[in-house]
Amino acid sequence: MLTMIGKRLMFAIPSLIGVVIVTFLLTRALPGDPAAYFAGPAATKEAVEQIRKKLGLDKPLIEQFFRYTNDLAHGDFGNSLTTGQPVAAEIRNRLPASAELTLLGLFVSIVIAIPLGVLAATRPGSWIDHLCRITTTAGVSLPVFFTGLVLVYIFYFRLGWSPAPLGRLDVFYSAPPTVTGFYLIDTLIARDLEAFRSALSQLILPATTLAIFSLAPIARMTRASMLAVLASDFVRTARASGLSPGTVIVTYAFRNAMLPVITTLSMVFSFLLGANVLVEKVFAWPGIGSYAVEALISSDFAPVQGFVLTMAVMYVLLNLIIDILYGVIDPRVRLEG
Amino acid sequence: MKRRDFLKSVTGVAAGALVPAPAIFSPAKADARSETLLIVSEGGPNNLDIHGVGTNVPGYEVSWNCYDRLITHEMKSGPGGVPYYDRDKFKGELADDMKIDDMSVTFKLKKNAKFHDGTPVAAKDVKWSLDRAVSVGGFPTFQMSAGSLTKPEQFVVVDDNTLRVDFAKKDRLTIPDLAVIVPCIVNSELVKKNASEKDPWGLEYTKQQTAGSGAYKLSKWTAGTEVIMERNDAWVGGPLPKIKRVIWRMVPQAGNRRALLERGDADISYELPFKDFQEMKANGKLNVVSLPFSNGIQYIGMNVTKPPFDNPKVRQAIAYALPYQKIMDVVLFGLANPMFGASAEKATEVAWPQPTKYATDMAKAKALLAEAGYASGFETTISFDLNFAGVNEPLCVLVQESLAQIGIKTTINKIPGANWRTELNKKEMPLYTNVFSGWLDYPEYFFYWCYHGNNSVFNTMSYKSPEMDKLIDGARNAASTGDKAAYDSDVKGFVDLAYKDIPRIPLYQPFVNVAMQKNISGYQYWFHRRLDYRALVKA
Repeated sequence: MLTMIGKRLMFAIPSLIGVVIVTFLLTRALPGDPAAYFAGPAATKEAVEQIRKKLGLDKPLIEQFFRYTNDLAHGDFGNSLTTGQPVAAEIRNRLPASAELTLLGLFVSIVIAIPLGVLAATRPGSWIDHLCRITTTAGVSLPVFFTGLVLVYIFYFRLGWSPAPLGRLDVFYSAPPTVTGFYLIDTLIARDLEAFRSALSQLILPATTLAIFSLAPIARMTRASMLAVLASDFVRTARASGLSPGTVIVTYAFRNAMLPVITTLSMVFSFLLGANVLVEKVFAWPGIGSYAVEALISSDFAPVQGFVLTMAVMYVLLNLIIDILYGVIDPRVRLEG
Repeated sequence: MKRRDFLKSVTGVAAGALVPAPAIFSPAKADARSETLLIVSEGGPNNLDIHGVGTNVPGYEVSWNCYDRLITHEMKSGPGGVPYYDRDKFKGELADDMKIDDMSVTFKLKKNAKFHDGTPVAAKDVKWSLDRAVSVGGFPTFQMSAGSLTKPEQFVVVDDNTLRVDFAKKDRLTIPDLAVIVPCIVNSELVKKNASEKDPWGLEYTKQQTAGSGAYKLSKWTAGTEVIMERNDAWVGGPLPKIKRVIWRMVPQAGNRRALLERGDADISYELPFKDFQEMKANGKLNVVSLPFSNGIQYIGMNVTKPPFDNPKVRQAIAYALPYQKIMDVVLFGLANPMFGASAEKATEVAWPQPTKYATDMAKAKALLAEAGYASGFETTISFDLNFAGVNEPLCVLVQESLAQIGIKTTINKIPGANWRTELNKKEMPLYTNVFSGWLDYPEYFFYWCYHGNNSVFNTMSYKSPEMDKLIDGARNAASTGDKAAYDSDVKGFVDLAYKDIPRIPLYQPFVNVAMQKNISGYQYWFHRRLDYRALVKA
């Protein structure tokens, strides 16, 4: 197992090097001149040149690249110009915010989608099947920012049930000391129940927004995969042997139907983590997606590179975890390094 | 688990978590709320020091409130009775006394002024700060030079409490330039301790924390999320502010900022769409203040070095073909001062900005275009900055529609914010819309940057006219020597010439809009258009 993991990580190195080179070149190819942008509206040509020199952008591309990789090797991702902070620190602060939101969203989604998919598969054509179809279609066809805004409008603006969409905590609470970076966990560690409650209530609307969006792939995949398994020989045999429907569905069918669902989950997770920019914008969430987009808009190279690199590492790790999970769920899938 | 139980438990969990947590748990929190100002805006600072590299506009707001200057402006009553800074009247902030001589000005510092760390403010701090402003390069140095403040030798320490500023030449803008945000006084000992050989001015240090003597001091800054500032109870720059604590949160979504205001959760916000301001004004639940930008104009610019816009007749034709009123109504919802359609008999004033005599007149536009030899029109592109798409996009669509009626086919070119200044600097865009506003509210200042033949970045049209240069230089000279008659005639002269040659067509003077709760008072308009927390009061 360990050698397998080691081998897999070794194979990831070339792709990471590729990512470093490509993001470096792509950010340089972006239209827009960071020096002119950061020199401010009132800059003369000389002022722009001064800034360019300060940022090291007057050097040849190859020298900039070596300097960048050298910094990277020392764990220095560079400085963001838009926020003025070191990129590594910002990503470290923002990644947990995105991860907490995405995981909770995904969790809500799984809790609803998998039972819905299973029920729809066991009773095809019934009202629950139609319900599954309608909710998933609706969820996936509504743009996330729209769902987010509607939820804010109803639950915050109209009903006043939800707290103000002002990020991870109410304005008058201070953040718990960082242990995991997940406020739900950190507030509990700090035994600050009021802050926990605040963090949770801040999370509900954005997590629901994400859940609504990600219902569709999970529910549909569960349904399809369950249908295929339910039609297979071993399920028929199990039924013929007089096993209870519950045992047949849960023990026999469901476990075998999990593989494609797990794959879908990993895809949905990585997609949500990078793509929940709009949800982060709507809820003023200090996450990693909005950070990267802001940086991109102002051609701020360092955060874009840092973001892509972090995402690449996350994908590699995620894929590894999924592959290991395969082996756990289905002993037939044995990993060959 | 049965299906029904499952659904029940899920909705139970959701409902449980949604039960509103009471906003206030204890009387202490209620107090905190009433002494705290919660500001929501789209963007936040990227640097807390205006001398830093590429400090953005929200960063100026921190500088303004956390640092002091030698002098500042008095207030006067502005449009609608809102306090408006008085361009011509100064008062001391760190300085007790200001004595202007022929070629220098001497400041006596307030004796009890202290920096946030308790060190007294001394003349050497002032000198070091002003040296820093003229030496770091980029925007601060540029802004200082606008008042002919360019060399460290101009700032002379007379004694511990006295500093003299020597004039490089007579310039009416020198004193006002000492009251803008840039010449802020920095705690020199503290910053020097944290400077390095590579960074002699300690810019890396002041980027992350404030080292001033101002009315507020920074207590926490999370870039892109929030800035928290506490009142400096030992402030001597003016009367002690009423607001104890300022929490400034970044809320990127405009709709949510409005919702926060209307629900009463946020105290104050700006940067909302005009439509929202207009609706909030109409429903009267909030206080909405709209004031014109001082010395600011949104305009349509034309590149006068290339055909067809090198022909003044074509430019005049465009000026008659623009849908001015529609832009006012549809794009701005009336929240701007029109800069068009003055009556033909109206005499030119010694003031800026002032309306042109152009108004939408398609027949005249067509005739002028035919005279210029473009009876069948031409094709061109109109460019705008996507950072301000909310105004620029509908504006350009209206212009496009209107120009089509006189045979000019335009394609709209949307330029991302990061690229906009690069494009402006190239001076190649044939037709574009842009806004310019100067901190120093003097006509000759505006014209020097926007119309003078030395072709600064703001002369986006590459307009050059010896006659214009003579008038602008004349007005600058007259202003420094106090020759009012010459000044008046030069100012009238350059306004008339700018409107006859019309290289850029003024559309309107934009408004700065701020929405706040009814219990917030004391808002003041400043040339920098950011909030001054020191005067705000929360009832």
